Amino acid sequence: MSPLSRREFLVVSAAAGGGLLLGWSWRTAGARETASVFAPNAFIRIGTDGRVTLIMGQVEMGQGTYTAMPQLLAEELEVGLDQVRLEDAPPDEQRYANPVFHFQATGGSTSVLGLYEPMRRAGATARTMLIAAAVERWQVDPATCHAKRGVVIHAPSRRRLGYGALAARAAELPIPDNVTLKRPEDFKLIGTSAKRLDSPAKVNGTAQYSIDVRLPGMKIATVAASPVLGGKVAAVDDAKARAVPGVRQIVRLEEVVAVVADHMWAAKQGLAALAIRWDDGPNATIGTEDVVRELAAAAETPGVVARKEGDATAALAGAAAKLEAVYEAPFLAHVAMEPINCTVHVRPESCEVWTGSQVLGRAQATAAQVTGLPLDKIVVHNHLLGGGFGRRLEHDYVTQAVRIAKHVEGPVKIIWTREEDVQHDVFRPYYYDRVAAGLDAAGRPTAWTQRLVGPSILARWAPPAFQNGLDGDALDGAVHLLYDIPAIQVEYVRHEEPVVNTGFWRGVGVTHNTFVIESFIDELAAAAKQDPFEYRRGLLGKAPRARAVLELAAQQAGWGATLPAGRGRGIALMYAGHWGSYVAQVAEVAVSPSGEVRVHRIVCAVDCGTVVNPDIVKAQIEGGVIFGIGGALWGEVTLKNGRVEQSNFHNVRVLRMNESPAIEVHLVRNFEAPGGMGEPGTAVTAPALANAVFAATGKRIRKLPLERQLRSA
Amino acid sequence: MITLTINGGRHSVDAPPDMPLLWVLRDLLGMTGTKFGCGAALCGACTVNLDGIPRRSCVTPVSAAVGHAIATIEGIGATSVGKKVQQAWLDLEVVQCGYCQSGQIMAATALLAKNPSPTDSDIDQAMSGNICRCGTYTRIRAAIKHATRGKP
Repeated sequence: MSPLSRREFLVVSAAAGGGLLLGWSWRTAGARETASVFAPNAFIRIGTDGRVTLIMGQVEMGQGTYTAMPQLLAEELEVGLDQVRLEDAPPDEQRYANPVFHFQATGGSTSVLGLYEPMRRAGATARTMLIAAAVERWQVDPATCHAKRGVVIHAPSRRRLGYGALAARAAELPIPDNVTLKRPEDFKLIGTSAKRLDSPAKVNGTAQYSIDVRLPGMKIATVAASPVLGGKVAAVDDAKARAVPGVRQIVRLEEVVAVVADHMWAAKQGLAALAIRWDDGPNATIGTEDVVRELAAAAETPGVVARKEGDATAALAGAAAKLEAVYEAPFLAHVAMEPINCTVHVRPESCEVWTGSQVLGRAQATAAQVTGLPLDKIVVHNHLLGGGFGRRLEHDYVTQAVRIAKHVEGPVKIIWTREEDVQHDVFRPYYYDRVAAGLDAAGRPTAWTQRLVGPSILARWAPPAFQNGLDGDALDGAVHLLYDIPAIQVEYVRHEEPVVNTGFWRGVGVTHNTFVIESFIDELAAAAKQDPFEYRRGLLGKAPRARAVLELAAQQAGWGATLPAGRGRGIALMYAGHWGSYVAQVAEVAVSPSGEVRVHRIVCAVDCGTVVNPDIVKAQIEGGVIFGIGGALWGEVTLKNGRVEQSNFHNVRVLRMNESPAIEVHLVRNFEAPGGMGEPGTAVTAPALANAVFAATGKRIRKLPLERQLRSA
Repeated sequence: MITLTINGGRHSVDAPPDMPLLWVLRDLLGMTGTKFGCGAALCGACTVNLDGIPRRSCVTPVSAAVGHAIATIEGIGATSVGKKVQQAWLDLEVVQCGYCQSGQIMAATALLAKNPSPTDSDIDQAMSGNICRCGTYTRIRAAIKHATRGKP
């Protein structure tokens, strides 16, 4: 290790054996510090053997970041994707800080929108320095040299030097203050549907998720936490569990019991054989109706004003017609396919953690806190995530696993059963909204108000982001209402849920707000006796990109064409401030007399600005739509006697192959700033379906999930 | 000791007869390509093929697998249909998180081995037991059709 001085935002160091280590760190711009090749402050590492390693600060959970980030880096570095290998970044809250959150996190559809330029700059700087090393060697004009596929070429003399041969010298050169990024018209990789780099290992069983970790002497454990949320362990009779062959140990903590065994089957049998008496605590009688009653009461009080234009109260009072409604969205579970798991080995002087986390630095910090060890004694190995959807933005399971592992000799892999995964999820909040609008005599809206009631996830998860009593995530979409209405008031009533842990769930605030806004604008169109597409279109004069996707979706879906009897078509528009992406959707559904909804066709039009990988964008929309359909039709987590009533896929219904509609995605291509694409497909779906159900049945569903309401409507 | 035939090879393993095949594969034999998803035959992540028939290994006692040819994701690429399916998955970029795809590929391979030209309804019937939370169904359907046309 030979530490080198650090300059500007770049880290360069000579590798052991002389390589180039280079990375861009937006958090420490201008700082001077030292780094060695083995330090993780880097996105690019080039060895003297010419091997190019790209280090992935954003984690891969299916969204394609392990392809998009390499595309950005490789584009400017001038290497092919077939020439690179990827490495998971270690925990480091500064060097791998997400530029939106300011700490190491992958979520909120922020990777491409936040790293589009930083990753390119990291690549371009490395390329510039490699070319400079060649220029020095050859003593030629830099303008006569260029790089291609990992080789610097001096065209006039046809001389060539590979990056490996230049790496040692490049590492010693001054870091350029400014590098020129490519013009979009010169892109070779960005904007192409490059093949996913993670696919091959995922079709042959070799991809490693954290649940696949195997270590010498490793035990496997499974857990039961108090079924009543917030309850504690009162007593445990473990005699029968200990008698199960393969069970090695029972670990009892305040609120959870773990059975440690040679394999998962013994652990599961041991868990079933445990006799646990629980102290249910104060929540033993809580039901969903209690939660909703409190939300409804909170909705009677004024909130913090998040957006105010004109005088909505006066405009409502003076309107020719006034509409009011209450919308509700339930608690939701994530049920990622890979159940929650974490492997930990606590030693006297160190602790090692193997997991799949969207917040790697927090995983490290919690292990340090639980063990009392310094941060630098905690090693965290991240893995491919078998789904995130926001669940793995929490680190509760890492904390629990380390607490258990402290009592276990050697490494232990803690795997939650699916039942535990569902019942002790960190749920999407229950949201309760009061909306009102005034129409003039022609049916055009003159006033719009939305009072949103729900918890602040940001206040807990990213406190600096919670400012002036406003949660920018809970309000996202609501405060960005694009419709041209003279008086708008959006209020936020923060109501912390006392019993249920709540957190992010694909789209969170936007997913809920888009359901409310796009359902209610549909109500206004119906009240005005106007076509819902034309009505929206007429209000989007100041939002040309939104109007364009709306028109494209309608056109591609054949809006207005006759449908078979019993079918309905619904339209919805989505825009979120922090994603910057526009999506419109037309959904076509049939509703049976008993209230079953069959989704036949979904057409989406997407403008997410600059597209890094169009096929991955399409895949995200397709997947987001399917996630959204299951959520909208059936998704809900309910409480009874303080317990979550759902437990596994028999009562957590998600969309299956035979229920999956045809999905078309139409991309608008431009070079606007890149927008987030992981969540919009989900966010736009629920209102499109609700509006299609209205078109098919005349029933306006204001409370999700749709099918439950259709049955009781 | 129980002797199993997995992907054409013989494996002896010390497992209680009622231990689900899933945990024998994963925890005793170290074959982690087969995934745990629900433990109750509800999601299909653990699908392996026994004599060419898809089975949920999380509820299949290992004793029931004795004497049958067990195929898992680790070996399915060695069969001509399995190889075509894997290639179709790559050609159409089916995977996202990938966690369910071992089970999806096993189910699709079993379908195509018996029915080289499945209809949409055949695909629905064969694949509806396999949940994908990333929502790759439209691509899985297309990839199955692609595999029927694919090169060997």
